[in-house]
Amino acid sequence: MADVVLQPNRAATSKTVGKRGSLHKMLKRKSTVAFLMALPLILLIATLVIYPAFYALHLATLNKSMSRFVGLGNFEFLFKRETFWLVVQQSCIFAITAVIFKAVLGFIIAHFVHNIPAKGQRKWRGMLLVPWVIPPAMSTLAWLWLFDPSYSAFNYTLSFFGIGPIPWTGDAYWARFSVILVNIWVGAPFFMIMYLAALKSVPDQLYEAAAIDGANWWQRIWYVTLPMMRNIIAITTLFSLIVTFANFDIVRILTAGGPLDHTHIFATWAFRIGIEGSDIPLGASVSLFMVPILAVAAIFILRDISKRGNEA
Amino acid sequence: MSTVTIDKAAPTRKVKYGSISRDRAWALRWSYFFLVIFAIFFLTPPVYMLITSLKSSAEISAATNPWWVFHPTLENYIALLTSNQFLRFFWNSAIVSIFVVTITMLISVPAAFALSRMRFWGSATLATGVFLTYLIPETLLFIPLFKMFAVIGDWTGIQLINRWYVLLILYPTLTVPFCTWIMIGYFASIPKELDEAAIIDGASWFQTLTRIFIPVALPGLIAATIFAFTVSWAQFLYPLVFTTSTDQLVMPVGIITTLIKGDVFNWGQIMTGALLGAAPPLIIYAFLMDYYIAGLTAGATKG
Repeated sequence: MADVVLQPNRAATSKTVGKRGSLHKMLKRKSTVAFLMALPLILLIATLVIYPAFYALHLATLNKSMSRFVGLGNFEFLFKRETFWLVVQQSCIFAITAVIFKAVLGFIIAHFVHNIPAKGQRKWRGMLLVPWVIPPAMSTLAWLWLFDPSYSAFNYTLSFFGIGPIPWTGDAYWARFSVILVNIWVGAPFFMIMYLAALKSVPDQLYEAAAIDGANWWQRIWYVTLPMMRNIIAITTLFSLIVTFANFDIVRILTAGGPLDHTHIFATWAFRIGIEGSDIPLGASVSLFMVPILAVAAIFILRDISKRGNEA
Repeated sequence: MSTVTIDKAAPTRKVKYGSISRDRAWALRWSYFFLVIFAIFFLTPPVYMLITSLKSSAEISAATNPWWVFHPTLENYIALLTSNQFLRFFWNSAIVSIFVVTITMLISVPAAFALSRMRFWGSATLATGVFLTYLIPETLLFIPLFKMFAVIGDWTGIQLINRWYVLLILYPTLTVPFCTWIMIGYFASIPKELDEAAIIDGASWFQTLTRIFIPVALPGLIAATIFAFTVSWAQFLYPLVFTTSTDQLVMPVGIITTLIKGDVFNWGQIMTGALLGAAPPLIIYAFLMDYYIAGLTAGATKG
């Protein structure tokens, strides 16, 4: 058997070696062409994504001047700092609250848009997606101005209802509320668009059948809409969890981490330490704490994708 | 008329019959009511930007109603559009975005074609890897990348930090994975018969791509282009970390670092700058909304 298998192989190799145009032939082969077409992509990912990711691991084990290996010293140092635990806490509060509210608001708005006649839907959808289109750095500036301590347009309006001036970004807890509010404002339209697309794909017959069976609106949502949208809800939420957890623009511009480091999340604190404080190893260690949550989310998303691949 | 009399005679039955259309009417009214509330919430900041941008600094600091412009003026727009510094930011942003879009398309379209049609060793793994790369946020990579470019500068003498063109190397890491991913989806939806016919007619792989795949998947290509442009226009972290001199800055960072001087906020100009910075994506969105939304939903639904 082995001989039979080897024979054509040997013949093929001798043939390719013998012929002058073997390189030319190889270049014409489908898989080689495909590889060459994907080569820039591979190089980009390898040098600018994978390499830096591992480089961050290496950097995290060095001392501040990057001259000496300190092992897990940076992490030990972080664990002893109160600010670090504040950042962990705030990152979780920030990401989880914002994602829940974005998902719920997006779901509600998508329903309202879906409810109105198809003719007007385009207009409303277009209007409601505007926060997502404006660069977040620019829209956060507008929020910063709306929150301004002395000229806040919100406080001006609220004063008519007898609600005293609110220190939107001055007080630690109000500042936490403000960064989450702005994040919801930026992210909810994305959920709305995703859910609207999913709502359109739910067949009307299901609702008719449910209505005939006497289901009220709540039962229709719970037993028809939600199960049909489960996949899209899961994947959008995971996406948003990653993006929100790794957020930088909003917190940086609105509060820059203050007051008293209460609104710092991993990205802004890593920037403060690594770039502004020029302690690159410690900054790299801080940013590495984003990896676990990203890994968990990525595993779930991948599982979903491979499942869908099997179904297809 | 008769229904009205029945209504009075037997109210319970009437409610049952008319309830569906009446329910619909009420549901519609409530939908509009809440949509208006949400629209107000979503549009307040951009509208307030516009309001403030039309005010003079005297009016901004006056104790009048902030939601209304009493003496509209274009002085903020004139000040910014005649300042060389601001025009420089705009120019830098435009150049960077256009180059990044070009680079992104040149990398991701052939790669997506190869990954969706021509299998090679490890191509399936690479397709998944591309998607995973899209999930890695820039906030995880900016510190090692900063150090990397500093080391490259020391070794080779090629100064990359604090030059606007460093952004041309950095932004593709954000745009290429997603664009490749959605182009794979669009290419995969093209029927196989189409490219088989082209190959039989003697077209090379390259011709199949340029003559068949690109024209057929043009909507996807437009969506990917819009995505790449918006991402590179809006990116804030990389330019903040990698560029510092005022002549190398792009719009978002330029507005924030130069218009905010210490504790003095020139809000009229800041809002004008923010509005001008938000204008290009908004204009593209206004004209190509369907492509924009197609690109947005493609990532999750086409996978």
